[in-house]
Amino acid sequence: MMQIAVDASKVPAVAFERSPGYWQTVGRRFLKDKVAVGAALVVLLLLVLAVAGSLLAPNDPYASSMLKRLKPIGFAGHLLGTDELGRDMLSRLMVGARLSLFMGITPVICAFVLGSLIGITAGYAGGRVNSVMMRTIDVFYAFPSVLLAIALSGALGAGITNSLISLTIVFIPPIARVAESVTTQIRGRDFVDAARASGANAFTIVRVHVLGNVLGPIFVYATSLIAVSMILASGLSFLGLGVKPPEPEWGLMLNTLRTAIYVQPWVAALPGAMIFITSITFNLLADGLRTAMEIKQ
Amino acid sequence: MIGFLLRRLVYTLPIMLGVALVCFALVHLSPGDPLVSILPPDASQELQAQLIELYGFNRSYPEQFASWVWRALHGDLGTSIASGRAVAEEVLRAVGNTLRLAVLATFIGFVMGCLFGFVAGYFQNSWLDKAASLTSVLGVSVPHYWLGMVLVIVFSSILMWLPPGGAGPGGSGDWTWDWEHVKHMILPAVTMSVIPMGIIARTVRALVAEILAQEFIVGLRAKGLTDLGVFQHVVKNAAPTALAVMGLQLGYLLGGSILIETVFSWPGTGFLLNSAIFQRDLPLLQGTILVLAMFFVVLNLVVDVIQTLLDPRIARA
Repeated sequence: MMQIAVDASKVPAVAFERSPGYWQTVGRRFLKDKVAVGAALVVLLLLVLAVAGSLLAPNDPYASSMLKRLKPIGFAGHLLGTDELGRDMLSRLMVGARLSLFMGITPVICAFVLGSLIGITAGYAGGRVNSVMMRTIDVFYAFPSVLLAIALSGALGAGITNSLISLTIVFIPPIARVAESVTTQIRGRDFVDAARASGANAFTIVRVHVLGNVLGPIFVYATSLIAVSMILASGLSFLGLGVKPPEPEWGLMLNTLRTAIYVQPWVAALPGAMIFITSITFNLLADGLRTAMEIKQ
Repeated sequence: MIGFLLRRLVYTLPIMLGVALVCFALVHLSPGDPLVSILPPDASQELQAQLIELYGFNRSYPEQFASWVWRALHGDLGTSIASGRAVAEEVLRAVGNTLRLAVLATFIGFVMGCLFGFVAGYFQNSWLDKAASLTSVLGVSVPHYWLGMVLVIVFSSILMWLPPGGAGPGGSGDWTWDWEHVKHMILPAVTMSVIPMGIIARTVRALVAEILAQEFIVGLRAKGLTDLGVFQHVVKNAAPTALAVMGLQLGYLLGGSILIETVFSWPGTGFLLNSAIFQRDLPLLQGTILVLAMFFVVLNLVVDVIQTLLDPRIARA
């Protein structure tokens, strides 16, 4: 009979040090990505502007002056010149961050909530419920996004609320599609079957086992939509379908300054540069997040 | 193959019906009585009666929808409130202008995008790759209506090389292929090409990287094929997806040209939409959106079919 000797020294010591969790690893990978960290810092700066822009602005963004209309960049007292009503551009750009970011980010947040709800429900339910929900989503997906946003805003009429509603409707279908596909993948996994076998109801399974696994990928996808949303939201205001004057918002400022491109071209181009910077940094941030989360086993 | 075509067609028909339903609902989405938003404030009794008849507002929604679809199928999209002309006629003329712009823009975007994408994919992680990737990020991030303005500032206002807007000298809407007209097309087309360029460059880079990592490439090199020969194989494998992305981009440009057409006063569908929105010309709005959306759905179908024809792997899967 063979004796199995247990040599205590050969048994590996139980590791008391916890191996880093998923999010810790993602965080560490993200911090190593210089471009992504840079983008995150710029986004943070923009958010600070959005919150405290009116406190930091050197001048009153609404104070107009007929004598000081369309002054160039570097004009005394107006670092970035003045607009067509003689209002300080620097102050308007700073204060404009609040409304511009609000108009760009809110639809993505609303669409993230509603789209996830639709997608997870469809993905978890499967079968006929899935078909009905996803074919309905496909109809909206069949419109090019800019066209759908403009069609809805055009029919609903100009205004902040209508513009937010239109953009939310535009972003629900793509988010719902991603949510549905990741949920369908998770639903087929063994741990979901195990939970079902142990008698958990659908709501509990989704809450405990599905949500934690699907929200991450959906969230990363949603962040990549913020850049598009910023461009579209400002575009609606640029067309006169979003924010109304005299509110400072970058798209609207670009619209009202359009006629000034032969007088003060570079002042007129400034609001667009802000939209550009915001959209690039959100794109780079989303790229960085995606790369950090794609951990190959 | 025929089975695939039929299945794809059967799948597309309900989508088309749904798209029509959304376009139909647009009029009813407008705040207030749909008739009030359609009618100009000084509408005559005659026009009012004519529109009630035309839209059948006295009938139930399903009936209204059915008769609207029926008329649309026969090429009748109603009458524009602002111009009094048939919507179908107005849209048709504008679509030609937009299509010309969008096709040229897609072509420029495809050529540049493929160039950047192939360079980036072949020289992964080199500075060339980084430069090409940066260009594509800039391409997808730039607010194109702003880029249009900047190009007008540089090339029209400062250098005075190119006209700032319109489709031809003196604002004429009739198109002929001469240098004067082509000059009007350059700035809007270049502006428009930036988005497809960025997206195609990203797609092609990923495709090339994926193809180069496959074993058959090693096999080809091992049997002594030259770099040019290997490159041909890479192109052949990347082509179906790249072409599909290009086709979809054409659709997006057609539907999304409104901002660029507004900046350049280009007399296309976007310009038409813009005036329809601000004159509350709902039949025109509805008709233009229906035509553009249907075009997009059909284009999707065509792209799918062509992709399957080019790449037999898809049909088998």
